[in-house]
This record gives sequence, structure tokens and C-alpha cells, in this order.
Amino acid sequence: MLFALQDAVAPEGRTEFWTEGGTMWLPPQSSTTAHVIDSAFYFILWSSTILTIGVAIGMGWLAWKYRRKSHAEHPRPVHESKWLEISWSVIPTILVMVVFFWGFRAYVDTSLAPSDAYEIRVNGQKWFWTFEYPNGMITQNEVVVPAGQPIKFVMSATDVLHSFFVPAFRIKHDVVPNRYTYVWFDAPEEGVYQVVCTEFCGTGHSNMGAKIRVVGRDAFYEYLASGGGGGEDIPPAEFGEELYTSRSCNTCHSIDGSSLVGPTWQGSWGAERPGSESGVVDDNYVRQSIVEPGAYITEGFPPSMPPYDFLTDAEIRGLTAYIREINGVATAADTSMAVPEPGVATDSIATDSEPTQ
Amino acid sequence: MATLTQSAPITPATSAYPPGHEPVHNYLKQPMAPEGTKGFAKFWFHFKDWMTTVDHKKIGMMYLISVSVFFALGGILALFVRLELFTVGETIMGADAYNRVFTMHGVVMVFLFIIPSIPAALGNFNLPLMIGAKDVAFPRLNLMSLYLYWIGGLFMLYSITTGGVDTGWTFYTPYSKETTTAVLAVGLGVFIAGFSSILTGLNFIVTIHKMRAPGMTWNRLPLFLWSIYATAIVQILATPVIGITMALLALEIFLGVGIFDPALGGDPVLFQHFFWFYSHPAVYIMILPAFGVISELMGTFSRQKVFGYKLVALSSVAIALLGFLVWGHHMFTSGQSPLSSVVFSMITFLIGIPSGIKIFNWVATMYKGSVWLQTPMLYALIFLFVFTIGGVTGIMVGALAVDIHLHDTYFIVAHFHYVMMGGTVMAMLGGLHYWWPKMTGRLYSERLGKLSALLVFLGFNLTFFIQFIMGSQGMPRRYYDYPDMPWLEPLHQVSTVGSWVLGLGLLIVLYNGIWSLFRGKLAPGNPWGAVTLEWSACSTPPDPHNFHATPLVTHGPYDYYAVYSGDGAMTAGGTAPVPDVTVGAPQPNKPTEDSN
Repeated sequence: MLFALQDAVAPEGRTEFWTEGGTMWLPPQSSTTAHVIDSAFYFILWSSTILTIGVAIGMGWLAWKYRRKSHAEHPRPVHESKWLEISWSVIPTILVMVVFFWGFRAYVDTSLAPSDAYEIRVNGQKWFWTFEYPNGMITQNEVVVPAGQPIKFVMSATDVLHSFFVPAFRIKHDVVPNRYTYVWFDAPEEGVYQVVCTEFCGTGHSNMGAKIRVVGRDAFYEYLASGGGGGEDIPPAEFGEELYTSRSCNTCHSIDGSSLVGPTWQGSWGAERPGSESGVVDDNYVRQSIVEPGAYITEGFPPSMPPYDFLTDAEIRGLTAYIREINGVATAADTSMAVPEPGVATDSIATDSEPTQ
Repeated sequence: MATLTQSAPITPATSAYPPGHEPVHNYLKQPMAPEGTKGFAKFWFHFKDWMTTVDHKKIGMMYLISVSVFFALGGILALFVRLELFTVGETIMGADAYNRVFTMHGVVMVFLFIIPSIPAALGNFNLPLMIGAKDVAFPRLNLMSLYLYWIGGLFMLYSITTGGVDTGWTFYTPYSKETTTAVLAVGLGVFIAGFSSILTGLNFIVTIHKMRAPGMTWNRLPLFLWSIYATAIVQILATPVIGITMALLALEIFLGVGIFDPALGGDPVLFQHFFWFYSHPAVYIMILPAFGVISELMGTFSRQKVFGYKLVALSSVAIALLGFLVWGHHMFTSGQSPLSSVVFSMITFLIGIPSGIKIFNWVATMYKGSVWLQTPMLYALIFLFVFTIGGVTGIMVGALAVDIHLHDTYFIVAHFHYVMMGGTVMAMLGGLHYWWPKMTGRLYSERLGKLSALLVFLGFNLTFFIQFIMGSQGMPRRYYDYPDMPWLEPLHQVSTVGSWVLGLGLLIVLYNGIWSLFRGKLAPGNPWGAVTLEWSACSTPPDPHNFHATPLVTHGPYDYYAVYSGDGAMTAGGTAPVPDVTVGAPQPNKPTEDSN
């Protein structure tokens, strides 16, 4: 279901910063409040540019006009002009007060969420975002919301500070442990918008992104009804591959043999894990490591993985299949949804049940 | 504004020191090792002398060497940071290494370079000379400050050997509590170096109050000293707070006292309040002395009174005091109450005004002056341009709604570097070139100096201007990689190339300095024609005891016209000391225009 939605929305991400509806300075205005902040930004930008050019020209002109022609020059002191000093004190004061009130008004106008906003809980954790819908559905690093509807994210963190920033919506707020903070937006256009973490949170800080997928109202209801699970229409291993990034397993587990925060999946299937319940990496081991990661910690790695006990059976099945696939031991059922014809064994099974002559 | 004609040309203010008149009592060469001391014994004699000296000039020189070493270290780390960002994905190091490198860059640059840079190095050297005193009020305390600074520095360097710190220079909790890196070693370093800062500030305040030469009224105090004075107030009042904050953090880590950690019932936002209660005033510790240097340079190289002397002097003090009331503008998105955000935003704009007034005054100082575009003046003009950009972007991030978008992005990084690197470092370089002949007795190469100024200017803007655009486009700070924004790659590359140009410019500054020590021409007594006491009443380089007799001050710090054309002021050959300052017995006052 989730993957069918992708076709309906705009292509993901931008390729060049000056295209896709943005300007040299700012990304596209993709929320109803973005223009309020942008007009304040541009007002300050242009007044600042005029002021800076004025100072530069004044400076250059004076330095040239009064350049020293002989070391014998000893100009008489200039008497200070009270009016000049008053004017260049008062005019900037008025100007910055205008800027203050503009910034203040825009803050009031953009920060208060409308009362009819649809509320989604957001949790920031090293190093992924979890979204919980009112109906209890949980997604990670991707949230699907309806277009043209105010959405309020009520946010909290479980470990350290994070900050939830969506450049295209001009919204940002720190996500703090033991405290609720919120951001809200109303995105009129369907599309995919990037979320980034802007409060330093350690190793995975740069990769702590998420996607906000804004879709039509009908598609949203359909998505909500599906439970967000997906995976019914593709083979488990392929589903697991999707989950590997969408559930942000990739933040801590590599598939190429390199060690990140957690052990790599490459070459792990069947590896010995002395002391764990099953002793080796098998279906039970993988399941336990996902829903109860604290039960057994692989030697040499920190006990930093949170429990993923909200994953559905289909998702755990998919991830197990994917781990088998990258280890080259995928079963037929992992990679294919077809029911095998009787008597026609696939290659991998053939080795086990070689018919004896 | 009054219209006045140019005065008749008189004796040039600069000329070579007459042969055979080099100062005998060069503080750098005193005391001399006993006859026949050679090799290690000679080295040991001088080493012991320098390590135990209470001479403010030698202490200033040791600060200068120390901050230069730390600047070089921080600069190399910055080059690594920029290199890592050259391409999307891992370029030269992984996330953990990058986090340690950018943290050490920040810690070294903030606590070991920029805070002590101008006040402790240039200030220590010049403060007693500029007020006509023999030394600072508490010379031994001054030496102790230097040692505390070194010990603090050692703790921070020690943390590198144990794997570094990865919290950023802000040490935000609860991350700084959870990380396994050496936060406490660095915290202890910050704590100890803080005492160095406090004691230096105390020393300076007492010195300025109690040790001014006769005639050195508050209205004749050079603007550099006004700014050092304002800085010292901030150093004394703000620095204890960072010490307390670090102590509380240590209490929490060792004893589990819940202060900042929500798991123990603490509040992480409280840490931010404490941290910025020091660290915002600390940016004024960093920038106010730079304002002072720029005032000296604009006056001397324009041969004009610094326009609006009183306003410039008092605005430094105003900034120092108002600076305590704006810390919350670092926390608009943190979760503090919206009402506090509004108040902090408002006061932030108020503090922008005195800084703006200073810029206008400095530019106006050139009006009807005689502008001499030597290297120090070039750095001063670069400062004016770059600091203006730093200032107006400060207005941008001070506006509440706009800051919501810009906070914690590269826009902040660029703004901070425009005021700190473009502000303080440019002023530091200008001041260093300006006082170099005084400190070393040698002239640096003007040609290399101008070349370095050009490269530094170009490299700096190339590196940091584009970061404003990256920031407003949404690039978050402290990212070792930007997988979600690969389209920013060309902009990052421009910035990285800029950092190489900047690095080259700074290397030339270093080369020029070392070259001048061995090959530079002997400096004339007063190469710039300044009329403040360190140039006009004191030999170059100074005697170990500064003045043969307490000078009597009869004019303001920028009364060039009165001094040079009053009554045939300059002596033949234009050597220092300029005779407007009486050495020994008081003389009748010449007709001077006092600055008040």
C-alpha cells in the first residue's frame, strides 16, 4: 500500500538548489505559513544589503578621497556633528524596532497551532524519528499526512536532545526528553518533504532524516486503514529490504561487513552467539534481537538498541528473510511469492533433497 | 560639520631610527646572562627568567605565542572539517572522528584562542604602556593567570590523547552526560582557564582605576583601554557562571545529583540557560577588545580623532552590561517559554544599536583625515566591511520568526564566523601588525602584509558567505555528511576551497612575522605617528621598566593635529618620544585640543 502511494506524489527530493520552486536564499514555500517568515526574511535581507553596500561605498570613498598623499599631512580635527550622531542612532533604532515587531508578529502568527489540527505524536531517538497516529499506528522516518489539513506534531525525546526541522515548511523545534514540544504546519500541495535533525545528537546525527509524505485526503484514509504495514504484495526479502531503510535499521547495522554502532548483517546468519538462547543467529535469535534487544548483547557492541516490539509479524518475517538473502542463504519462500509446483524443486532446495539414484 | 583647511606640511611622522640610537634597554634582551654563560646554561638562564617574569610585556608575549599555537591547532582542525564536507558521503573521516574534530576546533578556538587573544596578549602588553604605568597592578597575579591558562589548556589537550570529546563546544546535556568521551577533562580545563580570565579582568580593572599617569583622565583614555575595561567587567561577572555550570555537570556525573538530566528529575534546558548566561557575554569578551583595536587603528591611520569618542567609549560599557540580558536568544527553539523568547529578542535588538553606531563612527573617522593604507589599516577596513555583514545577519537571527527557520543551520555558523573570525580575528591581525614593531623592535614586510590581508579577505568571504545561503536553504550544522541534501555539494566545495585560500593568507602572516624577526628592518620609534603613550613616550621596543619617569599626559589619545602641528611638535628626524608628553618634570601645557 505504502509503495503504491509513491507513484501518486511528486518525485522525492531536490536535485539543484535553485530549482524546484525555491530561490537562491530559501527553499520552496510548501506550507501555508512559510510566506510569513519569508517576507520578514526578505525585508531584513534587503535592508541589510542596502546598509552594507552603503557602509562599503562610504568607507571606500572616504579612504580614497582622503588617502594620504604626503606624510607631512596633519589634518585639523573634525568637529563632531550632534545631528549626524543622533540621526545614525535614532534611524537604526527605529529600523530594528520595526524588525523586532515584524519578527514577533510573524512568530505569533506561525507558532500557534489551529485548534482543529490533526495530532501525531513524534518521538526523537538516536537516530531515527517515530511517528504515532491517533489510531495507534506507528511508523518510522516516514509519516504520511493529508494535504490541506493543519497537522500538529507533539514531540518528545527518549534519550538526548534532537531538533525537528522541515526547511520547506519553515518549522523547527527542539525535541526534549521528559517534555512535550510541538510544531504544526498545513501543507497545501502533495509531495515529499525532508525532515532533518538540527540538534547535535552524536554519531548518527547527519543521518537522522525523515520524510513527510503529503497525500490527498482519500489516499490518506486508505493508508490509515491499511495499518501502514504493507508487504502483502511483494516477497518477504524485498519487503525486508524496504524495511531496512524505512525502519532505519541502516543507521546502526551495515550490510557490507563494516561495523557501525551495531554488528553488521553481512555474514551474520548462522554465526555463533555463545550465551544467547539459541546459540547461533537463526529465526528465533533475530526475532528476539528485534523485540527484546537487551536480552543478549553481541560482544564488542554497546547496548544501545531500543526495543522494536511494535513491528508486525510480517515485518519481522521480512527482515529475517532479508538477512538470509544478504547472507546468500535465502529460501524459495523468502524471495518468491509463488507457490512451488509439486516436484519442481528450486536450486537452493535441490541441494538438500537430491534424489538418490 | 566644521570645515577646516589642511595644515601646512611639517616633519613626517615616520622615519628610520637614527643609527646608533637603537634603544639599549630592550625588554626582550634583559636581563642578560652573565658573561661566559654558554649552551644549556644560557638557555636555562633565559628560560627561567621568562618562566618567572612578572613583566607584563613578557607575559603578553608568552600569551601571544600561546594563543598563536592554539589558533594554528584550531585552524588545522577547521581545515579537516571543511575537507570532510568536500563531497557527499565519507570523504576523509567517519562521523565519530568528525564529531571530535569539530568539537576540538570549537573548544580550542573559543576557550584557548579567542577569549584570551586580544585582552591577554595585546592588552597585557599595551595596557600599562598606554596609561603610563610601570606594570599592571598585580604583576604576580598576572603570571599566575598565564599559568592557569596553560594548565587549563593542558587539560583540554589531554582530552585529545584520550580520544577527544564529541559534544560540540556547547556541552549540551543530556548528551554530554551520556557520551563516553572525556567531557570532564575538558570541563575541568574550561573551569581552570576561567580563573585565568577572571584574574586578568580583575588585574586590568584595578590597573586602569589606580595606575593611570598624571593627566590621563577618563576622557583621555585610549578607546582600546575603554574596551578592555568593559571586557574585564564581563570577564569578572560572567566567567564564574561557566565554572559553576561545569562543577554542577561534574556533580551530576559523579554523584548522580539530578540537575540537568531528566532521568534524575533535572532539566536539560536549565543547562542551556546556565551555559548561555556565560557564553553570550563571552562573545562580548571576544568582540569588545576588537572594537578597541579598531578604534586605535582608525584614529592613527586616519590621523583624525575617533569620531564620537565618548559615544564609542560608553557604548562599549553599554554593550558589556546589556550583554548579560540577551542569552535567551540562543534558545528560541529550545522549549523556553514564548514570552521569554519575545523579551530576549527585544533586548537583542537594543544591543545591536551601539554596535551599529560604532561602525558609523569608525567610517566617519576617515572624513577629512589622512588615510594611510598600511597593513593594519587594511585589516581595519576589512573588519568594518565583514563585521557589518556579521552585524546585519545578527539582526536576521535576532528576529524571532526568522530565527525559527535559521536556528542551528549553517546560517548561524556563518554569522558566528563573520563576527568572530571576521571581527575579532581581523582586529587581532590588524592590532598585531600595528604593535608588532613595538613588541619586537622589527618592521614586518608591508608587501607581504598587504598580500596576506588580500588573501585573508578573499578566503574568508569565499569560505563563509556561501554558508549563509546553505543555511537558509536548510543545511543543519554539525553534520559530517549531507545525504538528504546532496544538491548542496558544489556550495560546500566553494567553501572548502575558500578555507584553503584563508589558510594560505594566514600562513603568509606567520611567515612575515618570523621573517621580520631575523630580516626585518629595525623599527623606528613611532612608525605610524601615533600619539598614544605606548608610541609617543616609550622607546621601541620598550625598556624593561617601560618609562624612565612617569609621563605627564597633556592631550587626548587622538589629538594628532595638536601634537604634530601645535607648536612645531615633532623633533627633528621625527624620532620618538614625541615631546608632547613630558618626561620627568612637568612642562607648561601646550595649546592642545583635549578630547573632552
